[in-house]
Amino acid sequence: MRFILGFIGAVFAGVLLISLISGVATYVKSPPAPLASEEFHLPPKHVHFASDGPFGRFDMRQVQRGFQVYSEVCSACHSLKLVSFRDLKALGYDDAEIKKIASDWKTQVPSINPDTGEETTRKALPSDNFPPPFPNETAARAANNNALPPDLSLITKAREGGAAYVYSILTGFQNQPPELLKKFPDAKTPPNLYYNPYFANLNIAMPPPLTTDGQVQYSDGTKPTVDQMARDAAAFLAWTAEPNLEARHAAGIAVVIFLLIGTILGYLAYHQIWDEAKRAVRPTGPLDPENQAKARRAKAKAGVAG
Amino acid sequence: MSFSWARPYEPKHPLMRWIDDRLPLPRLVYGAVGGGYPVPRNLNYWWNFGVAAGLFLTIQIITGIVLAMHYTASTDGAFNSVNGLIMRDVNAGWLLRYAHMNGASFFFIVVYIHIFRGLYYGSYKAPREMVWMLGLVIYLLMMATAFMGYVLPWGQMSYWGAQVITGFFSAFPVVGEPLRIWLLGGYAPDQAALTRFFSLHYLLPFVIAGVVILHVWALHIPGSSNPTGVDVKDERDTLPFHPFFTAKDGWFSGAILLLYAIVTYFAPDYLGHPDNYIPANPLATPAEIVPEWYFWPFYAILRSFTVDFILPAKLWGVLAMFSSILLLFFLPWIDRSPVRSGAYRPVFKRFFWLLVIDVIILGWAGGGAPTPMRNVISQLAAAYYFLHFLVILPLVSAFETPLPLPRSISDSVLHGEEAEAAPVASKPRRSRTATAVAE
Repeated sequence: MRFILGFIGAVFAGVLLISLISGVATYVKSPPAPLASEEFHLPPKHVHFASDGPFGRFDMRQVQRGFQVYSEVCSACHSLKLVSFRDLKALGYDDAEIKKIASDWKTQVPSINPDTGEETTRKALPSDNFPPPFPNETAARAANNNALPPDLSLITKAREGGAAYVYSILTGFQNQPPELLKKFPDAKTPPNLYYNPYFANLNIAMPPPLTTDGQVQYSDGTKPTVDQMARDAAAFLAWTAEPNLEARHAAGIAVVIFLLIGTILGYLAYHQIWDEAKRAVRPTGPLDPENQAKARRAKAKAGVAG
Repeated sequence: MSFSWARPYEPKHPLMRWIDDRLPLPRLVYGAVGGGYPVPRNLNYWWNFGVAAGLFLTIQIITGIVLAMHYTASTDGAFNSVNGLIMRDVNAGWLLRYAHMNGASFFFIVVYIHIFRGLYYGSYKAPREMVWMLGLVIYLLMMATAFMGYVLPWGQMSYWGAQVITGFFSAFPVVGEPLRIWLLGGYAPDQAALTRFFSLHYLLPFVIAGVVILHVWALHIPGSSNPTGVDVKDERDTLPFHPFFTAKDGWFSGAILLLYAIVTYFAPDYLGHPDNYIPANPLATPAEIVPEWYFWPFYAILRSFTVDFILPAKLWGVLAMFSSILLLFFLPWIDRSPVRSGAYRPVFKRFFWLLVIDVIILGWAGGGAPTPMRNVISQLAAAYYFLHFLVILPLVSAFETPLPLPRSISDSVLHGEEAEAAPVASKPRRSRTATAVAE
């Protein structure tokens, strides 16, 4: 049987060797052409958010400002389907404010007319989720050059780099570098797309959403630069993706301390129990109770105080 | 149990005697994990991962049952029920979900350590072949369960992972494609597949629990192996499971839970893929489809076959991937060395560590996009994997000269008498202080 198994092993190894040789041969004969998206793509910028790290907490004033950016700019195209108006309470809004935000929201919630039974819309309530800007995907694509603006509820968890990625995209719009066009003449950004090196294939369908300082008027006195607005929007989206982050961090610290104490106590108990077993390995020798008694007697005889 | 000095159960309380006379459940527990199970006294910490695996199976079943109370198994509702309802509105739902997600990863971490411990110390050898093979059955069931669990949130990786993995079956000629369609209940993963995956994902953990009982039962016949691989000879070689190993497993489980808590609370998405936070979309293939990290070595083996040689490349890959696990069932008969423990096998030991490195390389290769460089490394590593088990191991076991074995377990523990006497000698002093304080 071992010969059969050895033969099977050799066959697999042989086919792998053939695969390897043919792969290397293909690579040598026709090396893969370099791609502009491999060479000019950039990792997200380094940017710090209050929610970063194991002890991170949201800066709720910043998240509020970010919500303002979302509602005045992003929400024109992007939905926030998993978040409801009542969730805004965590940002520091009170019930009356949330009610007003919901009823003033630019899109209404589909409903049924109670008198006629016909389809209609009504004002949003705090218990509603944010109504999407477009009724369906087809409508969203029709209004956006056939591109679909993604839902933003989980965007910072759904992209490598998280909030820093969102910030980088929002501030990363620029003209295509001449070196790129020189090296890849075919890679010119097509019409209706915008060059953004933080986007995977470099050309994003979203037009630059934040273009001028003061596009949003903050009520808390923060200067609404493009950079600041992008930071705030990213902070808000970090909150929508992970609204329980603060509870998680707080619980985590408590659980880790609890487990640490429990583990230390368990370790001490383990030693207590095993010390006896380690002595009991050999009932003879210097630790044998009989020998110990002998030693004590000898010491007493020699006059050593014990 | 199996040793003549194993203490039979003697009920201390009349109630326990009453129960024991009618249903010897206390007797079973006492013999299985109590004072009635003698364990080799020289077990090191690599032997603690079996209990840890049981712990994570329990965590998975408990968190999973509660999650199932809030989950919606429909293609329209699954993503929102996980990422909306459970993560946002269910009380501590985020904790249940993250604990379940990372519990799966930790289950695999401890099981992989458990398996490699068995490989190093020859735990698969006679008379423990049945323990080893039941363990492999558990592992296969775990893989099936984990795969189906990953499909349930119905994110992009869920969907495309299901597409790729069920696609394995279509590699087989003639029966492959009909089999795949029958398994999925359609031409692509859809409502039928999601519902049956949910149903099976709920069922299989209980099957695992059943096989775990058989695994532990089979273990209790010969008793645990040990780092020397030398058989237990007399009572001095063993200690009762309780309190010695319950205490050791107890604190060590605490330490593992600590690591688990740190990941679950502070980096819950670290081991996952961002694409699974995008709802499943059958029309948009992700840039790269990768399974969860614990499948990466096997995924690398699958992808390493790139040439149609007699059989199509895909069939080679699927056959090799299944073989890579199935060959482990033959291990007790592949490795014929009479010496169990790798500690006394100088040549085997080197190849063992080479295998560990090889599997880590395979994991790296399976976790990323297949660049030409990665393909070459992956192919070499996959070839070594098969050569290791099917060619090198039989040869090593035939030609290797093992080191001399200790005469018994107590002998191996006794080597450093003087060194060991020192800390224990301080013990009486401590008790004297205690008496002084009492006075």
